[in-house]
Amino acid sequence: MSTPSSTQPRITSVAEVKAALGDQLVDSFFKDDLWLRVRTDAWKSSMRTLRDSLGFHYFCFLSAIDWMPSPYGRGEDDPTEPTPERDTTIRQGYAGGTTRLQVFARVGNPITHVGVTVKVDVPDDSPRIESIHDVYAGANWHEREAHEMFGIVFDGHPDPRNIYLPGDFEGHPLRKDFPLLARMVKPWPGIVDVEPLPGGDETAAGEEQ
Amino acid sequence: MSITENALGDRQRLAYIASQAADSRLNVELETEGMTLNIGPQHPATHGTLRIIARLDGEQVVWAEPSCGYMHRGYEKLAEVRTYPQVTTLINRIDWLGSFANEVPFVLAAEKLMEIEAPVRAQYIRTILFELSRIANVSLFLGDLGVQLGAITPVFFAFRDREYVLNLIESATGGRFHPNFDRIGGLKDDLPAGWVDEARAVMKKLRGFCDQIEDLLFGNEIFQSRTRGIGVVPRDVALQYGLSGANLRASGVDWDLRRDHALPMAWNKVAWKVWTHPDGDSFARCWIRLQETRESTKIVDQLLDSIPAGPVMAKVPKIIKVPEGEAWVSTENPLGEMGYYVVSRGDLGPFRVKIRSASFNNISITPWLLRGVYVPDIVTILASLYFILGDIDR
Repeated sequence: MSTPSSTQPRITSVAEVKAALGDQLVDSFFKDDLWLRVRTDAWKSSMRTLRDSLGFHYFCFLSAIDWMPSPYGRGEDDPTEPTPERDTTIRQGYAGGTTRLQVFARVGNPITHVGVTVKVDVPDDSPRIESIHDVYAGANWHEREAHEMFGIVFDGHPDPRNIYLPGDFEGHPLRKDFPLLARMVKPWPGIVDVEPLPGGDETAAGEEQ
Repeated sequence: MSITENALGDRQRLAYIASQAADSRLNVELETEGMTLNIGPQHPATHGTLRIIARLDGEQVVWAEPSCGYMHRGYEKLAEVRTYPQVTTLINRIDWLGSFANEVPFVLAAEKLMEIEAPVRAQYIRTILFELSRIANVSLFLGDLGVQLGAITPVFFAFRDREYVLNLIESATGGRFHPNFDRIGGLKDDLPAGWVDEARAVMKKLRGFCDQIEDLLFGNEIFQSRTRGIGVVPRDVALQYGLSGANLRASGVDWDLRRDHALPMAWNKVAWKVWTHPDGDSFARCWIRLQETRESTKIVDQLLDSIPAGPVMAKVPKIIKVPEGEAWVSTENPLGEMGYYVVSRGDLGPFRVKIRSASFNNISITPWLLRGVYVPDIVTILASLYFILGDIDR
């Protein structure tokens, strides 16, 4: 009776999506779900292709990822000690990438109930990308959020004001190099509370410590 | 005497001027000045603090925009410095009326990345608690709806009957509002003894509550004239803005993630109906929610009958490390589609969590929807879209 989700692919024809996007597509990845990466200059046109030719009329969300690991780690350092060296090499996720910031959006097909995640690279030197608010009207607010949280400029956006943060807020909070100040001023109490778990199996707990 | 005569003369003269002015305005449209109306941030009709700025021309709205951010708590940033089990404590507070339902998609996403699945009994109990969250959440909506239209009685019924459901959730999980009961790989505990019988009795009461609300509110002539044909969202616009849940189905889109997405949950093991409505108006959105509450009680009843025996927790390591990868899991929450896009780097905590909450999209349609409506309809439309501020601001 129970069918694991991994055995039921949500996309029926990956080849169809690839054929429709043509050379706008840079890379794709399939694992239970479909990830696409499109060319930066073809971002808006490929979203329009997805909507008009492939029936992805439902707009789910749009956001961004900063692929640089945080220079502050998980904010668990002792503030009196010197900051340890951390690996901050940029490594992108599914469907690859070449830049630190990526915008990604998810759209769905209301007839076949399948969805697809579309990623696009945002240039490092000037984080600008076309706005897709006139393809998917719902992207308007999501782009405003991505603009204030990641500092990505959406060209052609009609109203790029802040949506959550105060108008004079400095910095882009969801970028990894924006420190979480609550963890900077006071050591995280969670780390001192760690004690061995009673009756735990040795293998699992032993790996970590 | 002369003073009286003078006063009379003045009064007559003024009456004459007024009548001339009235004549000149006959068959002429009244001149009105534009004004800006602030609704909120504190308003009894909103679940939280939302401010609506509306520019009016007479009684009509020409431009309106919600101003959110009063409750932004930055869960996406906080999740990056928490371990996976700690994140469920945060996301409990997103939609605070149906907390358990917030935990499920995140836990499912983590399980998907770890390639494990909860035992069947845990899947059943998860589904039952998920539907109980929906009933608790939507029953308050049905009561609140009356208050926003000037009917006081339904809200008392709603608070009374929601309490039965909250007691049920509390006796199973230990928390009335924020259960934090879901674990990666299963559930914290099994159900207490006698809980199943108690739940059956409560479901019967809740069906009675639905009938009561339908009689009190949905058959009411004033309610119908205030909601029918008001705030119409056509199918295409609803999809473009990413409306989900009851709002989408009220616009005639037959899409319910419980039925249409293959998730390791128990919805596909019982018989129930997905309701849609062709109208897309405020009435349709409210009506769909009423029907869904009824369906939820049926789902819970059937699941209680067929709940299998067995463990409620899969074998997972004590310290949870999630392998590298990306996963998107969304479920049909009381407010609509709620999903988590989890990016893992094989660490103790997530690298990035994107929280897709239903209310954010549901409320982003308001600048489009409120143009041209009359002032009293603003509250009706907002009430029927049904948002919770914690779910908008995250």
